[in-house]
Amino acid sequence: MDQIAKEMLAQVADLHEVPEGAYNIRENGKSAARNTTANIDIVTKTDVSGIDINIKSGTKRESVHIPVIISETGMKEVVYNDFHIGDDCDVTIIAGCGIHNCGNQDAQHDGVHSFFVGKNSVVRYVEKHYGEGDGNGERIMNPQTVVYLGENSYMQMEATQIKGVDSTKRQTIAHLEKNAKLVIKEKLLTHGHQDAVSEFEVDLDGEGSSANVVSRSVAKEQSTQLFISKIRGNNRCAGHSECDSIIMGDAKISAVPEITANHPDAALIHEAAIGKIAGDQIIKLMTLGLTEAEAEAQIVNGFLK
Amino acid sequence: MLRLEHVTFDVKDGNQEKGILRDVSLTVEDKKFVAITGPNGGGKSTLAKVIAGIEKPTSGRIFLDGTDITDWSITERARAGISFAFQQPVRFKGVTVKDLITLAAGERISTAGACEYLSEVGLCARDYINREVNASLSGGELKRIEIATIIARQTKLSLFDEPEAGIDLWSFQNLIQVFDKMHREIQGTILIISHQERILNIADEIVVIADGQIRKTGTKDEILPELLGQAGTVNCRYMKEAE
Repeated sequence: MDQIAKEMLAQVADLHEVPEGAYNIRENGKSAARNTTANIDIVTKTDVSGIDINIKSGTKRESVHIPVIISETGMKEVVYNDFHIGDDCDVTIIAGCGIHNCGNQDAQHDGVHSFFVGKNSVVRYVEKHYGEGDGNGERIMNPQTVVYLGENSYMQMEATQIKGVDSTKRQTIAHLEKNAKLVIKEKLLTHGHQDAVSEFEVDLDGEGSSANVVSRSVAKEQSTQLFISKIRGNNRCAGHSECDSIIMGDAKISAVPEITANHPDAALIHEAAIGKIAGDQIIKLMTLGLTEAEAEAQIVNGFLK
Repeated sequence: MLRLEHVTFDVKDGNQEKGILRDVSLTVEDKKFVAITGPNGGGKSTLAKVIAGIEKPTSGRIFLDGTDITDWSITERARAGISFAFQQPVRFKGVTVKDLITLAAGERISTAGACEYLSEVGLCARDYINREVNASLSGGELKRIEIATIIARQTKLSLFDEPEAGIDLWSFQNLIQVFDKMHREIQGTILIISHQERILNIADEIVVIADGQIRKTGTKDEILPELLGQAGTVNCRYMKEAE
């Protein structure tokens, strides 16, 4: 693995060396390294590009890293990764995609991740997207995440895209069974002429299920963002979505929250706010000795932290 | 030393110019504890903002240690040693109490260091250090954190705009001690806008501002008896005319 690939791994998966536990590192369309454990098996799919990650029931405190890096210009791929997580598990899954595009052709990674989470399992899913390289080719990522949460299971998804992705269309779909709980925390920063669409569609099917979708985003310069959040309450359940955005420069942001109650005991809330950085926030930090630009950077960093 | 010379500040009120500050000249000697008081709407907060650089005076000059800082930005004044505690502290999503105190101290300080400043304003540091400075904090908590940032800055001139507002009775005594200690230890100049007799009581000098003008300047023995004597009288032109 060369230096560029190593740096990208550090960016998307905080990996500085070979990770502990199970992993599959995909580099330019091929599996570059793989490790399985007694409880976690990784199998290459035969019908389409991608892998099946099989986690045995009762697996506790184990992690799976599945970073993807692309450094060839013109590389385009669609990858299907399916996570089959048994009952009573407690696992952390770290995915992430880094594109280093120095060429003039677009580089694109469309990852479709499906999670089949068993009963009483706890899953933490971390996904980071990062782009770099000074070529004219665009860096494009269109992740799709599909989640099926079994009875009493819990999943926390943290999705971060802070730098360098020119175009992204994210879609997250979730179905929750009885007493299942889903927490999604998304952080997004766009700049230049970047364009990002993020769409969430959550079905609260089971009694006592709940979902909390929180998105914080900053759009700078001429970038555009569209946030769509649909939560459907199909049983006695609780759903909350919150989209909070800072708009800067000539950026454009749309937030389209939608909540639907198909059951009289569905309690659903949506909140959406878009606004500039408050002037008094900048003034306060300037009275502490920061310049206007430093104050702005501090506020944005804090907001996306 | 801080010196204001003939400072005026006008705002547009319809088609008319309204004088918020009218020919204010004031000298604050080094290491003095000066309280500014007077009726609401008299121009006290504007005066503090003009000193901090948040508002630019319409005319007049401001000098810090003999240097004309009238055209300096907020940042330049902050770096030259002016601190300003807001009357209504600002809330930030995502910025923690520790971040704010670290920024104020101007260097990376340890958690223990940041905690010390919080303890001084009577907050249990462990409960607050990692909290966001957001809507989850009460007005009084925010106010005390605001004061802690000023203590952390340790500058030669500290401005406080009604620090007592929103502070409960129990914390108020502690607040008096904070100012007293700051005055003794940092050896800086403290300028406090306040209506509180107990704060006026510990000031070296009291400045009374009303209708945008300085009405009186003197020691507490000279000013306080008169101020307190007036406090009971109703000063309403309409009522008087109606009589």
